[in-house]
Amino acid sequence: MFRKLHEPEAGALTIDIDGVPAMAEPGESVAAVLLRQAEPWSRLTPVSQSKRAPYCMMGVCFDCLADVDGIASVQTCLRPVCDGMRVARQIGKRTIGS
Amino acid sequence: MSRLDLLIVGAGPAGMAAALAARRHGLEVMVIDDQPTPGGQIWRSVEQAARRDDILGPSYVEGRAVAEAFRASGVIYQPGAQLWQLEPGFRAFVSRNRQAQVIEAKAVILATGAQERPVPFPGWTLPGVLTVGAAQILLKNAGQIPAGPVWIAGSGPLPLLYAVQLLRAGGQVAGYLDTTPAGQWRAALRHLPRALCASGDLAKGLSWAAMLRRKAPVIRGVIEIEALGDGRIETLRYRTADRATATVEANTLLVHEGVVPNIHAALSLDCTVAWDPAQDCYAPIVDRWGESSQVDLFVAGDGAGIAGAKAAQLRGELATLRVAVKLGSTSEDAAAVAARPIRRKLDRELAVRPFLDALFRPRPQVFAPADKTIVCRCEEITAGEIRALASVGRPGPNQIKAATRAGMGPCQGRQCGYTVTRIVGAAQNRPPAEVGFFHIRPPLKPVTLGELAALHQPAAP
Repeated sequence: MFRKLHEPEAGALTIDIDGVPAMAEPGESVAAVLLRQAEPWSRLTPVSQSKRAPYCMMGVCFDCLADVDGIASVQTCLRPVCDGMRVARQIGKRTIGS
Repeated sequence: MSRLDLLIVGAGPAGMAAALAARRHGLEVMVIDDQPTPGGQIWRSVEQAARRDDILGPSYVEGRAVAEAFRASGVIYQPGAQLWQLEPGFRAFVSRNRQAQVIEAKAVILATGAQERPVPFPGWTLPGVLTVGAAQILLKNAGQIPAGPVWIAGSGPLPLLYAVQLLRAGGQVAGYLDTTPAGQWRAALRHLPRALCASGDLAKGLSWAAMLRRKAPVIRGVIEIEALGDGRIETLRYRTADRATATVEANTLLVHEGVVPNIHAALSLDCTVAWDPAQDCYAPIVDRWGESSQVDLFVAGDGAGIAGAKAAQLRGELATLRVAVKLGSTSEDAAAVAARPIRRKLDRELAVRPFLDALFRPRPQVFAPADKTIVCRCEEITAGEIRALASVGRPGPNQIKAATRAGMGPCQGRQCGYTVTRIVGAAQNRPPAEVGFFHIRPPLKPVTLGELAALHQPAAP
């Protein structure tokens, strides 16, 4: 859905999105990386299980919620990537303990 | 932590300018911000994005020096921090790195900026539909643009600016659906002389529009849009004022109908707000220094009414001047003298607003979505459900919220609040100023029990 304007330079890192490795650059948000994937969505809604993707990119819509390193409902537009980060698209509601 | 002189919420233009001024007055000041780096939205990622300076332009690059001065100023800066409760006096409850903390301060400046006005239409929740602001943030933060030709639908300076930046970056605009109501320029015209003698921004805007017309189809007078697709946008349907309907292929749609102040924190402390008919939103009532109806609580920048980044910086400085007087680090007289040139500059910045507000007044359809449209994105409540309830008795927004859950999800009404107010108003034939807004209560952002547990040791006085 989105593409980077430049090839990543030295310092590029890899994050894991639902088991698929994804290239990322220091400083960019997890939501930005999600929007470059073949499946650019971040979560299924708790009410109707419909797909949502990052919408506002500034922390006010909560549609970019995903599981990051085992923590559910992370606002991925506010979370910078780091090497080896594990991201899972969030399926419905967050559960207690996650 | 001891009680701070000043807590500033937000590290955008207003927050940074306020903090820099506070340091000049020797105040102990903390800035909390939910973003990972300073700059707010206008200067998002400005510290890292140097390679995109040519695309983003000089008013973006300006922010880098401000961020640098901010970092070097000795301010206590907590990025990645979310304010979820503010108590008078002041005690701020803030979560950071999954731990809640209490911050105490003698004065607070809310520099919480603006968000894009929610624009509900059928299909606006589909992946592939984003705001124009979101796309611009992606350009600033990650150097990325839509992979294919993009549809832009909206009104205002931002979609024009983004379209130009996108074209400079080598992107493609499939079409630009201008939703500015035809003939609105007539209403704007009377504000033009004042705007013209005050600002070079108008010339910039005209040059953007001209570049766009050369490079992309521009369709004017668009009054309705609809996004269709299975799991993502595939088709875009739009209708113009002369009733022509078109259906086109689309894989990305960016929408924008202006910006509105972020007022949740101010509302949660019962700051008096007033409806601004020119900007179609609520804004806290503040005095000439930015002090709200709550003593020692200031609102600076777009959070106090939309006026842009330069005005935000000036309003941040004014707020700090008054805080410095109240805390005894400068005199009333010295502050009055210092404020004079700031107010002169501020007047110049504000001069262009009435023209822009009148020219880019949102089309009425923004406030009256069709029944099938989802209004509350979090709880998936449609306009039809809200409308049906709005004419049973005479409910206000809070009764609608209790009955439908609209506004109860994680965004806490940031996406549906104004639409609920408008639908209720239309059903009851009442102006939005009379209908009011959701009652905003803490937590302002979702907070977990785990984060709360970190509060078990009260902060040392």
